[in-house]
Amino acid sequence: MNDLIIIVTGSLVAICCGILGCFLILRKMAMVSDAISHAVLPGIVIAFMLGSDLDSIWMLVGAGLVGVFTTFLIEFFHRQGKLQTDASIGVTFTWLFAIGVIMVSYYAGDAHIDQDCVLYGEIAYVPIDPIITDSGSVLGPKALIVLSIVLLVILAVILPFYKEFFLTSFDPAYAAAIGISATIWHYLLMSLVSITTVASFESVGAILVVAFLIVPPATAYLITTRLHHMIGLSCVFGILAAILGYYIAYWIDGSIAGAMATVAGLNFGFVFGWTQIKKARPVTSPPISQD
Amino acid sequence: MIEQVQNPALEIHDLTVSYDKKPVLWGIDLSVPKGAIAGIVGPNGAGKSTLIKSVMGLVPLSSGYVKIFDEELNTVRKRVSYVPQRESVDWDFPASVLDVVMMGRYSKVGLMRRLRKADLEAARYALQQVGMEKFEKRQISQLSGGQQQRVFLARALTQQADIYFMDEPFAGVDAATEKAIIQLLKEMASQGKTVIVVHHDLQSVATYFDWIIMLNLRLVASGPTEKAFSQELLEETYGGKLTLLTEVGELMKKGQYPTREKQ
Amino acid sequence: MKEVFIEFFGMQNPNVRYVVLGSVLLSISSAIVGCFTFLKKKALVGDVVSHAVLPGICLSFIVTGTKDPFMLIIGAFITGWLSILVMDYIVQNSKIKEDTATGLALSVFFGIGILLLTVIQHSGNAAQSGLDSFLFGKAAALIGKDLLAFGLIAIVILATVFLFYKEFKLICFDPDYAEAIGVPVKKMEMLLTSITVMAVVTGIQAVGVVLMAAMLITPAAAARFWSDRLSFMLVLASIFAALSGVSGAFISYTTPSMPTGPWIVMVLSLIAVFSFFFAPGKGIIIKLLKRRKIQMQLLEENLLKSFYKIGEITEDFKAARSNAELKEVRRFSSGQFREGLNRLAKQGFIKRNNGTWSLTAEGLQKGRRVVRLHRLWELYLTKYLRIAPDHVHEDAETIEHVITPELEARLEKLLEYPDEDPHSSNIPYN
Ligand SMILES: Nc1ncnc2c1ncn2[C@@H]1O[C@H](COP(=O)(O)OP(=O)(O)OP(=O)(O)O)[C@@H](O)[C@H]1O
Ligand SMILES: [Mg+2]
Repeated sequence: MNDLIIIVTGSLVAICCGILGCFLILRKMAMVSDAISHAVLPGIVIAFMLGSDLDSIWMLVGAGLVGVFTTFLIEFFHRQGKLQTDASIGVTFTWLFAIGVIMVSYYAGDAHIDQDCVLYGEIAYVPIDPIITDSGSVLGPKALIVLSIVLLVILAVILPFYKEFFLTSFDPAYAAAIGISATIWHYLLMSLVSITTVASFESVGAILVVAFLIVPPATAYLITTRLHHMIGLSCVFGILAAILGYYIAYWIDGSIAGAMATVAGLNFGFVFGWTQIKKARPVTSPPISQD
Repeated sequence: MIEQVQNPALEIHDLTVSYDKKPVLWGIDLSVPKGAIAGIVGPNGAGKSTLIKSVMGLVPLSSGYVKIFDEELNTVRKRVSYVPQRESVDWDFPASVLDVVMMGRYSKVGLMRRLRKADLEAARYALQQVGMEKFEKRQISQLSGGQQQRVFLARALTQQADIYFMDEPFAGVDAATEKAIIQLLKEMASQGKTVIVVHHDLQSVATYFDWIIMLNLRLVASGPTEKAFSQELLEETYGGKLTLLTEVGELMKKGQYPTREKQ
Repeated sequence: MKEVFIEFFGMQNPNVRYVVLGSVLLSISSAIVGCFTFLKKKALVGDVVSHAVLPGICLSFIVTGTKDPFMLIIGAFITGWLSILVMDYIVQNSKIKEDTATGLALSVFFGIGILLLTVIQHSGNAAQSGLDSFLFGKAAALIGKDLLAFGLIAIVILATVFLFYKEFKLICFDPDYAEAIGVPVKKMEMLLTSITVMAVVTGIQAVGVVLMAAMLITPAAAARFWSDRLSFMLVLASIFAALSGVSGAFISYTTPSMPTGPWIVMVLSLIAVFSFFFAPGKGIIIKLLKRRKIQMQLLEENLLKSFYKIGEITEDFKAARSNAELKEVRRFSSGQFREGLNRLAKQGFIKRNNGTWSLTAEGLQKGRRVVRLHRLWELYLTKYLRIAPDHVHEDAETIEHVITPELEARLEKLLEYPDEDPHSSNIPYN
């Protein structure tokens, strides 16, 4: 039973991240997601101090705001300070993360977050942390429920506005010209990424959220030609990584999240290698037929 | 030679556009009649793309205004179409030719709505018009540069707009296709649509366009091709560098002077 | 407080000495390397490497079975390097873009590292404890041996930069040119990458995986606001880094619960933010001040111009004018109006006679110049830009304040010292 819960949790993270990650890498914002995943730390600590729980809705809302704030700060340094984007990302997230760590040290003892958890989470604890209603009945593991809600939110945003996300990712100038403002969709996406990060935080940790956000979509990107295929395939790769990762971790007694990221990486390696071989082999029929 | 027309499709009034306070277009004043195929010519860096972007509201104006069919851009947006320079997007994007062409229908369909059968038909028809119907399923990275350009053109056509702005639509397109497309544009113009095209090939200007806009930081000419397209004005557009103007521009950037004083 | 200060900076306590010297050495060597990666627009490479050393450390431990720092560092060095190679290979051989490759290498290497680390930890091997200091850093627990390592590496880095300064500079600013004049670009880049990895591998023990990126990027970014020159940038970045190294050590010395690494980064970031606002030239506040100065210039010149214009009508330039008369020529907000007149009076361009104002000789000359520039520019616009005479006024309103005496002379010559502007107003010369 616990196996199943962990695998399902991992898969939920994989699906949330797989969907969002596709848009992120197509918008060339992969590293912004990395920045957000670190920068939410002070937000989480503040929410903690204000007495909310790590899984509460307020935490998610707060995380959304912090994510947007991070994005905004990165753009502010970039635009106003004429700082190149990569440096702007680096300066911003390390600063916010340092603030977060300092806060954690300051409130050490009160807060049940430590650096380990921030960095690589502990998905193995998911089953032992159930939500219990006032009447006393067990609803199920917290992380599982929160992640399901997050997934629903993501679907509720992406599905109806799929074509807007599609267009603004591909050609923001044309989108603006026909009256679809890229800015709104940009910030909406960033808030979704932050919410996902926080929801996945406890189970897989900041850096492995990034692995799920970037690696399966990048793998799918190599071998697909339509966006919706890419999204679907990256979810599949993500779930694959979650399942295999779990068993590998179980087998060699290591971090589950670490194993999931490793599998995702191996998966990328295979697909990448395969595309390389295909490319190297002499082509019998030209890829672009002249019709 | 700057000719203004009554009841124009496009009117640009006293337009100055700056990047970081340095003007790259100075005091542009022009109008283009309805039903014209207008060419914008000028050397690299003359501000042709900037002119189109400012008309489309993609860069802020330092002064002046733009009117399309005597209205603000926002009120007539649905009647306006735009073909950006091909290099402005990443062609590795996982999208098929049809996906891209369908984007032209997004503003018609509206938020949260799905594309309808009619939109698909319109997209297919536009692909036919540019001779790309056989490629509709192909991924856009597997097209040649000229074919990509045609996809962009088809996307604009599906919008069924009344005025089209095209930034170098013929870059990388072979001569035969270029002729076919110009024929198409002429047909559209005869139906009263207005087409404004950034163009680099001076040889074909006289045959393609009935209106010509010559640009180089400032407007050198805007008028009917037979009147405005003269050797003298061409030399002025391509030869005459206004060093004084450039230097003043640099000074404005250095001192961050406002382009217009607020009263 | 004072005692603590003396105690700390007296450095009698060897522990304090180690921590301070270690932090400073580490900060400086990272900052110097960081300047180059920053200028190569590869700032985030440091982030990748710092995540990628973890598997190397673990593998090295698994293979050798000891925590010999030397062995660990070699392992770290190898996987750090590997991550960069992998990243470059992916970008060059597929459609994947640089940012994605960066995030990919970073998270996968780190994932593998975490997996190995937890496997080691769960294996019950007692020797493993302390390996995770590579994750979070242990600046406050630096000992003599660490210091030796930092010192050595700092020297190697500094010497390398010193020896190959010219080459590094070239490959940052213009690799094509460097190639053309026979600089071995590939080799130089490998060298630069090697010292980057080296700086990361050592630095990570002090500040941890995540914050290592800041040690490379932030000093460079801060220094960039102050200078365009590489040499100056390197010096400044080192100073900033040293300063934050000392402050970080000091803060965690006075408040032992406070971690050194994050405080170093905190101070660094504050320096960067300060530079962002206050650095001369590029700082935001400085820009605002400059804008205000320009506004004042515009205001003063517009007032003088008003005096001159009234003078033109009445053919008497130096007569006293009332506020009402001046405001008739041009609208000013009343606050600005008063401020501008007072400033002009103070600068000696106008005289105050009870309730009215009159131009001095200098004021007259200046007012006349503004009017002249305005009309010359209008003429220039109509003649050379073919702008209709009824559209040139607005533009000239700005440019009259921008033109320098040198440009003025050229403008006059170009237009052949004209007498009249497009509206047939007289162009006044001295
Ligand atoms: N985003 C920008 N920021 C700063 N300067 C810019 C920007 N875009 C364009 N410029 C500058 O503005 C000027 C006009 O550029 P623009 O792209 O409009 O030229 P163009 O006429 O379209 O040239 P081409 O024929 O090469 O397409 C150039 O000097 C260019 O350097
Ligand atoms: Mg252009």
